[in-house]
Amino acid sequence: MRFTHKFRQWLDIRFPATQTYEKHLSKYYAPKNLNFWYLFGVLSMLVLFNQLITGIWLAMMYTPSIEGAFASVEGNIMRDVTDGWLIRYLHAVGASALFLVIYLHMFRGLLYGSYKKPRELVWLVGMGLFVCLMAEGFFGYVLPWGNMSFWGAQVILNLPAAIPHFGDSVATWIRGDFVLSGITLNRMFALHVIAIPLFLVFFVFIHLVSLHHVGSNNPDGIEIKKQIDQNGIPLDGIPLHPYYTTHNLVGIVLFLIVFFAVVFFFPEGGGYILEPANFEPANSLQTPSHIAPVWYFTPFYAILLAIPSKLGGVIALVSSIAIFFALPWLDKSPVKSMRYKGILSRIWLAIFVISFLTLGVIGTTQLDHALLPYISNQHLAQVMTFFYFLYFLLMPFYTAIENVRVPPSRVTRGHR
Amino acid sequence: MSNTNGADNVNVSRRRILINTTTAMGAVGIVGAITPFVKSCAPSEKAKAASSPITQDISSLEAGKMMVVEWQSKPIYIIRRTDEMLTTLALSNPKLRDSNSNESNQPDYAKNRYRSRDPQVLVMVGVCTHLGCAPGFRPEANTSLDSNWTGGFLCPCHGSKYDLAGRVYDGSPAPLNMEIPKYKLIGNVLTIGEDS
Repeated sequence: MRFTHKFRQWLDIRFPATQTYEKHLSKYYAPKNLNFWYLFGVLSMLVLFNQLITGIWLAMMYTPSIEGAFASVEGNIMRDVTDGWLIRYLHAVGASALFLVIYLHMFRGLLYGSYKKPRELVWLVGMGLFVCLMAEGFFGYVLPWGNMSFWGAQVILNLPAAIPHFGDSVATWIRGDFVLSGITLNRMFALHVIAIPLFLVFFVFIHLVSLHHVGSNNPDGIEIKKQIDQNGIPLDGIPLHPYYTTHNLVGIVLFLIVFFAVVFFFPEGGGYILEPANFEPANSLQTPSHIAPVWYFTPFYAILLAIPSKLGGVIALVSSIAIFFALPWLDKSPVKSMRYKGILSRIWLAIFVISFLTLGVIGTTQLDHALLPYISNQHLAQVMTFFYFLYFLLMPFYTAIENVRVPPSRVTRGHR
Repeated sequence: MSNTNGADNVNVSRRRILINTTTAMGAVGIVGAITPFVKSCAPSEKAKAASSPITQDISSLEAGKMMVVEWQSKPIYIIRRTDEMLTTLALSNPKLRDSNSNESNQPDYAKNRYRSRDPQVLVMVGVCTHLGCAPGFRPEANTSLDSNWTGGFLCPCHGSKYDLAGRVYDGSPAPLNMEIPKYKLIGNVLTIGEDS
């Protein structure tokens, strides 16, 4: 005991160890009314950690070349290396799990207005993380160099070619070749294992530092820092550690049960986590007859599909993600949480969720297989894309004109 | 104490000029340092080396069928069209975006309604002008694809539709007809990438 105490004293003179521990854990006061939706931030960090560890191991066994990539994944990792299959499935299922928890985490932000002042920067950094994550997911998807990897990369890396005049040169510069080749694959590997993970970890750090600077939002969307006791501690705040750390453990265990059930029993996820066409090596002469990205990109893919113009489709695709960055300035409501916002905000959030999910389903469906009678998938995608954008574009109006209820000064437990 | 007096006598404009010139020089240095990183991403000399023409014997290609060969790492579609197919191409289809191929890429000898030198044999780069997938060959008429569908190509990636001469349907995300490469056909020997 004496020794650890002395060591801590020695350390604190040289490094802000105790200070950092207190600022971010034992004396970080989180609102006491955080609910189920507040679990997904911690789960996304957990899955990101899984991706980093399994990724390092996969990089030891993988060959980044067009001759060796497919064989090193399907042959070496899946068959020869002891437990290689487990590490790969942890990584592949982890990618889907990460997008799932991130989408739920973002929905929580929409629900409780976590992007509103003073958390605009937390939201922007989070969106930066989301864009990095999309890039990371795409690059990782290309690495096995199966036929889906190849044609997915072909489409995505041709997106810049839609830019008028110099688009083709940009696309060539990104590929490093006039066609998709081994040069491109090596590039994707470097970005996937070094560049993007560095950005991800750095942005997670900034995301947390800025969050802990302004304090966590809560389901009531009120600032707990406004009601403090004589010691300056928020009346409705409890220390992150040990209260929320132990509280989160329950959610983590439940999540891991589901996660490992998928890893062990449904690692391909019915073709949604690992797509059947990707069990064939890349073939530059034959596009798979049913091509669709993995599920977490399908809403954006369906937006691309909806617009019958090359440049228009790319602009719509980019805007559908870019518009999220503007959210803190589109919401004019005087309250943060959906609990106190009016009926219009609720209806529009519901419309947005329905259009996002419908676009996701359209993106996984074969082109000549209509989902609904009397309307083609492309027309349905156009309608849903329209509502997707309308949710954002009309937000300054419906949030300004609707009647809101006055939030309480202290947090509630969800009762009206 | 003389130091505090010195602080009052700071030549602010001189200091500002020094800061600005140093920043500008630093920025020039950064641009210079980034340059090799940007340039190294462009195609290497090896990738730039032009690929040579290929030849293909097409005597085994039956009427109404397609064969695919690789040229410059791209799929080249070779189709021997039937008279029936050629008749459908001769009819003007109001749904084509660029039916006269004015905007599209092809050698002059393929700028006709069949988009080929010899009406029967279509030689085409099988790359969708939208985002570069290889469209599937759907020669059969009357599918649920389109009311005007008399056979053609359907891109599996984003649903672009082309007729049997690779001309794009209006309403497709693809902007142009599929490219026709330079080629020559002597008897049954097809040379792709060379036309004289």
